Amino acid sequence: MSETPLIGDVGTAAGAALSGTPLSGARIGVVTFPGTLDDRDAARAVKLAGGTPVALWHADSELGDVDAVVLPGGFSYGDYLRAGAIARFAPLMSKITKAASGAASSNPLPVLGICNGFQILTEAHLLPGSMIKNDHLKFICRDQALRVENNRTAWTNQFEEGQEITVVLKNQDGQYVADEKTLDELEGEGRVAFRYVGWNPNGSRRGIAGITNAAGNVLGLMPHPEHAVEPGFGPLGADGHYSTDGLGFFASVLSQLVDAK
Amino acid sequence: MPRIVVDVMPKPEILDPQGKAIVGALPRLGFTAFSGVRQGKRFELTVEGPVTDEILEQAREAAATMLSNPVIEDVVNVEVLDEAAAAASEDVAAPAEAE
Repeated sequence: MSETPLIGDVGTAAGAALSGTPLSGARIGVVTFPGTLDDRDAARAVKLAGGTPVALWHADSELGDVDAVVLPGGFSYGDYLRAGAIARFAPLMSKITKAASGAASSNPLPVLGICNGFQILTEAHLLPGSMIKNDHLKFICRDQALRVENNRTAWTNQFEEGQEITVVLKNQDGQYVADEKTLDELEGEGRVAFRYVGWNPNGSRRGIAGITNAAGNVLGLMPHPEHAVEPGFGPLGADGHYSTDGLGFFASVLSQLVDAK
Repeated sequence: MPRIVVDVMPKPEILDPQGKAIVGALPRLGFTAFSGVRQGKRFELTVEGPVTDEILEQAREAAATMLSNPVIEDVVNVEVLDEAAAAASEDVAAPAEAE
């Protein structure tokens, strides 16, 4: 990942101190598809949290030496066909799907799908359900409060259960849908990871903002934690200060990777 | 050249926000006879040469695995486009072209 100056005074070490995570040097891959928008932001978030971002290209045939992967937001293939439907068949995705489903190991690859990345994860059947257009049909961009419903995943272990965080929500196809049986299973197994707080911004079933797989290594969510990682530049949090709540996602995976080593 | 048509519709139990918006707008133009609209997708797959059973089966497989998402959509039709009808529709699409 090419070097870009970080905004403000928050260097790698300060970012790590901010998130309370030891510098693990863990390598977090960030995948770029044609039409991806937030890969640079995701890479900065990884760096601010104390990890080493590794740029991955969708057409790569090998995953390489990475400890976790982020599928960032954007409009891969212009959302043609369905959001995430074409990106899902990228050569690198078959490697990620295999590593994340853990068929080959007891240590499945942690994967975070944000917005379009979440849509790609559902199209790839790593997570159940799907996203359809917002019920009000408008693109939405706002600061959004979320409740942490499951803090036992690779990407949420630095949060408290029930904690409310604020990150940016920005999408057009954000309405999470699944059949009632699947929804009941998700609820029963504690796999609803995040729920919208205050209102339902897109008509998502049961106010679901993010879900995890059974093993807890794969997390998908519509809002964007990578846009809430730098003081002064994130959304306004509930306490009136600019939120850096998004760092918790990246600090969580670094913490888990350190523990695993 | 023959074409295979694949029609995909949102599942009946899935809310179709686009269809809902359209049915809301129709009465404004005086179209008051329609109580519901559901919006689907039509794909036309062009085949070089005759459509064999194997090619038709490939189209069905593509429809099920890529052209539709079974969580939210149904494949409602896969058929070979009638060639005479296809030619007629091309004439309509390009009326100014003299052959």
